[in-house]
This record gives sequence, C-alpha cells and structure tokens, in this order.
Amino acid sequence: MSGKVTNDSGAGAGGEGDGGRELDAAFFARWMTEAADAIGREADRLTKLDSAIGDADHGGNMRRGFDAVRQELAEDVPATPGAVLMSSGRKLVSTVGGASGPLYGTLLRRTGKALGDAERVSGAELASALRTGIEAVAQLSGAAAGDKTMLDALLPAVDALEDSGGTNFAKARAAAERGAEETTPLQARKGRASYLGERSVGHQDPGATSAALLVAALAAAHGDSAGEDAGFGADEGE
Amino acid sequence: MTQQQDSRRVGIVLVSHSRQVADGVAAMAAGLAGVADAPVAGAGGLPDGSLGTSEERITEAARRVDSGAGVALLADLGSAVLTVKTLLAEGDVLPEPTRLVDAPLVEGAVAAVVTSVGGGDLDAVAAAAEEAYTYRKV
Repeated sequence: MSGKVTNDSGAGAGGEGDGGRELDAAFFARWMTEAADAIGREADRLTKLDSAIGDADHGGNMRRGFDAVRQELAEDVPATPGAVLMSSGRKLVSTVGGASGPLYGTLLRRTGKALGDAERVSGAELASALRTGIEAVAQLSGAAAGDKTMLDALLPAVDALEDSGGTNFAKARAAAERGAEETTPLQARKGRASYLGERSVGHQDPGATSAALLVAALAAAHGDSAGEDAGFGADEGE
Repeated sequence: MTQQQDSRRVGIVLVSHSRQVADGVAAMAAGLAGVADAPVAGAGGLPDGSLGTSEERITEAARRVDSGAGVALLADLGSAVLTVKTLLAEGDVLPEPTRLVDAPLVEGAVAAVVTSVGGGDLDAVAAAAEEAYTYRKV
C-alpha cells in the first residue's frame, strides 16, 4: 500500500506547500520504462488478441513505440513530470504506426500538458491530469465507455485512482485489468474490429489490454505489486 | 474570392495505410488535372514500406507540397485520420494553414488537385473535395 501521499483533502491541485507532491520526473520515467518492459513481455499476447478482431499488429506496434520511448529516456530524462509524458507521447505518435500511436500519444501528451511545469506532483494531481488525457482520447476517437476500446480499461482506472484521492495505485491497476477483461462480451463500435459486428463479441479487446498494462506499469513504478490492497478483482486473473 | 493572387498553389497530401494507394491516387489526380508538377504528394504506409501511418512521411509530404497557400490533407481511415488529427492538435508540426478535409480519398483527391491547379484557395480546394461525397454512382 502506498500511503505516502499525505494530502488530506485528496484534491491536490493548489494544495499547501509541497504536501503530497512526491512524484517527480524520475518516477514518470520509471513508469514509461516499466510500461516498455510490460509491453515487451506481453507483445505476443497483444498481437494474438489483435489477430482475433484486428489486423494483428498491436503487439509489434506498441513494442516499437515503447522501445523508442525507453531508448529516448535512457539518453535523457526531461526535468519535469509533464515534460517526460509529453516527449514520450510525441515519440509514440512518431513511431507506433497504427491507431494506438495517436491514441496513446494523445493520452500521454495531454496528461503531461495538464501536469504543467511542476517539478513534483501529487497522486491526486496525476489522477486529475490523467482524466484530462483520457477525455482527449475520447474526443479524438469518438469512442465512449462500452465501445470495446482502451477507454474501457482507462476510465475505471482513473475512477479508482480519483476515488482514493490519488493514493491507491493498486486499486487503479485492478480496475483497469477488470475493465479489460470485461470487454470480452462487448461488441466493438470503433476501429477495424467494428467491421466484424457481432463477431467481435467473445474476444478481449487488445487496446483495453495494453491500456491495463500501462496502468499496471504505473502501479509498479509506484511500488505497488499486483494484488496488494487491490480492493477487488486482484484474484480474478484469466 | 477563391482565386489565389499569385502562383502559389494549395498543396494536397494523400494519407493512406498503403504507400501504393497514396502514391497511385496522387499520380492519378495529377494526371487527371493534366499538370505534370501538380502540388500533390502521397504519404502512405510506414517508412519501411509496410502498411500503417507514418507521422514522418505525412509531415515530410506536407512540407514538400507547401508553397505558402496552405495544405489540404485527405486520409483514408483509422490511424491515418487519427494521426493527422493528432498532428494538427500539436499545432507546430505542419505548415500553416493545414486542414484535414472530410472527403473520399480518390474522388476527393481528384477534385482537390484540379481545383488547386485551377487557382483555387484552401477553402475552395476543401469545398471541392468535400463535395465529392455527393457524387452518386447509381
């Protein structure tokens, strides 16, 4: 359990002094590196899911993008959390090559922009910025909850993070994983999978799955291992 | 007023998942416009030639066709559209002004290039391309 964020209001933004602002640029670089590791480990699974309802390129595309992010961060970590996410998002847009490039790129860039130029941010501020980034993804894609997309993992994750005042990253992780699993019975309404109509039912969405990996990487960067104080769903693995 | 005041012409970039589609439609539109040096470029596929959308190829093509009168982007679907929208949202990557035109790729490209070569401005090029949706075949 994290418990390190001390903002009693949980609101974060405009909080007093440095209270609770524990997340620095190194933390965000660690998040991106953890994400690159997870995507690398799970790339074959993502591609397998994408071969069921998509064009079988999600794992390779995501690995190419996050490998480039990892390499860039290995050379130089920007000074602020916002700058780390903005440069990582920019890298994804330029390297992924599929729809997940602009979608994840927009998620990270808008989240980073919302964090501004603070050198350290609180968990609550991160939750609020993530909400902004997720809303930008929804606007770009025209997708909503229940459309069998990455939003079905991201929205419950940010809900859980906000509900805990930005403290419970493990709960966000569990919510994202459960959200990804719950895309299985849904019918796709966006992207290539939507052409399949009812035949998209019965397959877990690859975008929601990679989004859950991104949230899991965030929890890992925060030091919250899987299942720890997840609140629910931690033992519901496939 | 829809005529450009000088020799600058609106640039047109065709964004497709496929390099062959983008370059083929660009050649077809230039051919139908009857101009060898029509300001149209394809931005299709990934740099290695495989299917996908390349931000680098889009920005490079946009700079190549830009002569100061603006650039119209036409895209096929999915990641091509999302990548263009993302680049436009960045604000500082593409020439100014650049616009994503809501048009069918092939028919819209022909209408856009013919209009540009004829001296139309960015509004006229965009309107001609969008009007291609109204061309019924049956």
